[in-house]
Amino acid sequence: MSETSQKEMTGEKMSVTSVSSANPTSAKAISESDIKALPSHDLIVVGGGPAGLAAAVAAFDAGITDVLILERDNELGGILNQCIHNGFGLHTFKEELTGPEYAERFEKLAEERDIPYQLNTMTLDIVPVDIAGTHAGCIVSAVSKTHGYQQFFAKAVILAMGCRERPRGALNIAGTRPAGVFSAGTAQRFVNLEGEMPGKKVFVLGSGDIGLIMARRMVLEGAEVLGVAEIMPFSGGLKRNIVQCLNDYDIPLFLSHTVVDIRGKERVEGITIAEVDDHMKPIPGTEKSFDVDTLLLSCGLLPENELSSKAGVQLSPATKGAVVDNTLQTSIPGVFACGNVLHVHDLVDYVSQEAKLAGECAAEYLEKGAGAAGASDTEGEARIVTVKPGNGVSYTVPSILHLNALAPTTIIRFRVRAVFKRAAIKVTLNGEELMSKKRPVMAPGEMEQVILAKEKIFSALENTNPQGSESVLEISIEQS
Amino acid sequence: MAKEIKELTCINCPLGCALEVTLEDGEVTAVSGNTCPRGEAYGKKEVTNPTRIVTSTVRVTGGTRPVVSGKTKEDIPKSAIFDITDALADAQVKAPVNIGDVLVENIAGTGVDFVATAHVSAA
Repeated sequence: MSETSQKEMTGEKMSVTSVSSANPTSAKAISESDIKALPSHDLIVVGGGPAGLAAAVAAFDAGITDVLILERDNELGGILNQCIHNGFGLHTFKEELTGPEYAERFEKLAEERDIPYQLNTMTLDIVPVDIAGTHAGCIVSAVSKTHGYQQFFAKAVILAMGCRERPRGALNIAGTRPAGVFSAGTAQRFVNLEGEMPGKKVFVLGSGDIGLIMARRMVLEGAEVLGVAEIMPFSGGLKRNIVQCLNDYDIPLFLSHTVVDIRGKERVEGITIAEVDDHMKPIPGTEKSFDVDTLLLSCGLLPENELSSKAGVQLSPATKGAVVDNTLQTSIPGVFACGNVLHVHDLVDYVSQEAKLAGECAAEYLEKGAGAAGASDTEGEARIVTVKPGNGVSYTVPSILHLNALAPTTIIRFRVRAVFKRAAIKVTLNGEELMSKKRPVMAPGEMEQVILAKEKIFSALENTNPQGSESVLEISIEQS
Repeated sequence: MAKEIKELTCINCPLGCALEVTLEDGEVTAVSGNTCPRGEAYGKKEVTNPTRIVTSTVRVTGGTRPVVSGKTKEDIPKSAIFDITDALADAQVKAPVNIGDVLVENIAGTGVDFVATAHVSAA
């Protein structure tokens, strides 16, 4: 950090000329007095959606009252604000709420606690800083119209930035580049928040839940939806959405089909779909054309981790989110992650649960110092268990268990690679079976979880690897 | 006796059992294909009295947003969905709107109110 930027930061207004934070390597040079000159918070939560709100509330309730939420949109609640359909909160509130209603419950909890937040505020950078060779926290820089460029020092940070949709450019769809191709979530925002219809004759590519829900939404608003194509032989959406969004309105679902052509110069005039083979290659002769003016894309969600990777957080190639331990702490001490930025969820209830854990663990980290979490263990105590996705499992969260920070129960969430019927989830630790749970059906679109008791993990360790520090917990699917 | 078999997919869990519901003179006489009692209950209700919650939006004047989201306060008959969307197309409310406010009373004669599920402040 340069001398000039340092002076600017001590004043009330911070200047945008302070660009040094964009370069993490320069942060090493920061002195303790530089850091003390910054407005400081125990905890900064990046993102005010369901994950950020639940995390901030949980940290507050665990005794951390100096919390700041940074939100880039003009209101709290995140993506829930545009998810006006019902079905949220069955696990958390035992009733079916719409997205905005679910968000409001958590906004109220934050407001009751007077947790400060800044809206219209884009977080630009999170830079971990050392004081005298020891990790001290992060400098978080953000910009907004009201406050201009700001820098904060945060002892702990919770990443809750959510995810975004896979765009057309990432899908390799042949054809022209006319207007009328939208991601399903963009269309959802247009219809539900801005009151604008993106088109009148619609086709949907991808059968993720947002695609299914938007198919119904467009019909209810007077559009004609000619079909939904899904490249996989099964839908990525919930059964309930297939029935209530497609079957109710006689919208055909074309499984093992994809869009092979988009026509139109200024505006979409039509699309062509074709059946795909086992290698997802279109089969010639199976093409069907539809005259539509709009194509909606619901082809998967990607955790939004630009800030995390710039900060140096280690990311998982499987989830595209941070690699975390059982306290949801990332590879940077004091930086936690939860919600869709960690891995894409299908139920907001699980986001809230996960975020609560992140908030509580961040509070514990702040109260007990870095020792509360495994990442900064002294070498002798650092006993870890690596969580490995086994047969049929695509990823697990967490992927590391720090034994000294193990709660009475640990939830491991994961997704299966394919549809399994009458199969069992098997959990082993160094080869010894911890548990086996029968499941009538599992699908990649529905997140699975196992709950492991601390005593069970420790007794299995005692049997298999009493001294060693390298243990492996494996979750696999066994077809019976 | 008029016998009719209807095929459905159960939505209670990811299993998605393929149900066959047998109707005789409008009365359910058998449900098969289900693996649990919830499937039977769903099958019976879905062929005799299918209901849904309808969620949509209503135009707002003088607000910070042009539309406000809402839902039918209770389940409505599935057959009334498009009567409801027709009624909503003509509806308009004035800001401010709060969660729970009635946007359209007794919508499309269903006896159910259409209520707001979000806030819109006055501009």
